[in-house]
Amino acid sequence: MLTVSLSSYLTLAAILFAISVAGIFLNRKNVIVLLMCVELMLLAANINFIAFSHYLNDSAGQVFVFFILTVAAAEAAIGLAILVVLFRNRRSINVDQLNEMKG
Amino acid sequence: MLIIAALGVITARNPVHSALLLVLSFFSCSALWLLLEAEFLAIALVLVYVGAVMVLFLFVVMMLDINVEQMRKGFVRYLPVGALIALVLAAQMIWVVGPVGPDVLGDDSLQQAVRHDADYSNTKELGRILYTDYVLPFEIAAVILLVAIVAAISLTLRRRAMTKYQTPGRQIKVKRNDRLRVVKMDAEAKE
Repeated sequence: MLTVSLSSYLTLAAILFAISVAGIFLNRKNVIVLLMCVELMLLAANINFIAFSHYLNDSAGQVFVFFILTVAAAEAAIGLAILVVLFRNRRSINVDQLNEMKG
Repeated sequence: MLIIAALGVITARNPVHSALLLVLSFFSCSALWLLLEAEFLAIALVLVYVGAVMVLFLFVVMMLDINVEQMRKGFVRYLPVGALIALVLAAQMIWVVGPVGPDVLGDDSLQQAVRHDADYSNTKELGRILYTDYVLPFEIAAVILLVAIVAAISLTLRRRAMTKYQTPGRQIKVKRNDRLRVVKMDAEAKE
């Protein structure tokens, strides 16, 4: 029977993390895609957690993934809300034009 | 498939396509988690992410009409440095965890997963540990979600000046004399 080792899961997560880092570099004008890249990063971290929890036979890793999912959902909601307010005020979500903060 | 979908997320021209590809990558990741015997979290990933967060993303993407061409301006310029950094990062991490590099994972017990019995319930186990050992973090997570709800609503709520709404206090306080005026008129003669 074909067995998949732990290191292949870790490699997959590393590749996914690197892709999302590249995405942050490439799409630095588009805040929405930046948020999606952050979600991908968290997904890579979750893959690591679950792989270790499976191979070490310890459920604590899955509990951590649970909490990471919670925090990621909250972060996405708040980030998108900030984005909506920003678009309403500035009519643009271009990162280059966001270099000033006014109340 | 996960890799292809993730590559699509960062290179798609249209943010809507990018969000849909992110859904695809979440689905494939959920399948991976099923293989890793984390069934509850796989289902939760599909429900929470694909069901809620991605719908939120799609709403926002479609609500804000974005000038795509202007957004794409810096793409080619940043492509070499972004790809370079990603390659270096991936190479380093794969060197550490992969099959070729130093043997950090150590003993052979990590190479072979522990198989559970057929009647093993991942959800039951997770629930048991969540409500016994991790009660306080669980409550904190709930509070974080509540704070997120309140913050998101209070950020996006706005009072329109044109909106007509009623004030119940003033409605109750009103007296008869404020609304009704009895006019005394003399009777007029019939013609």
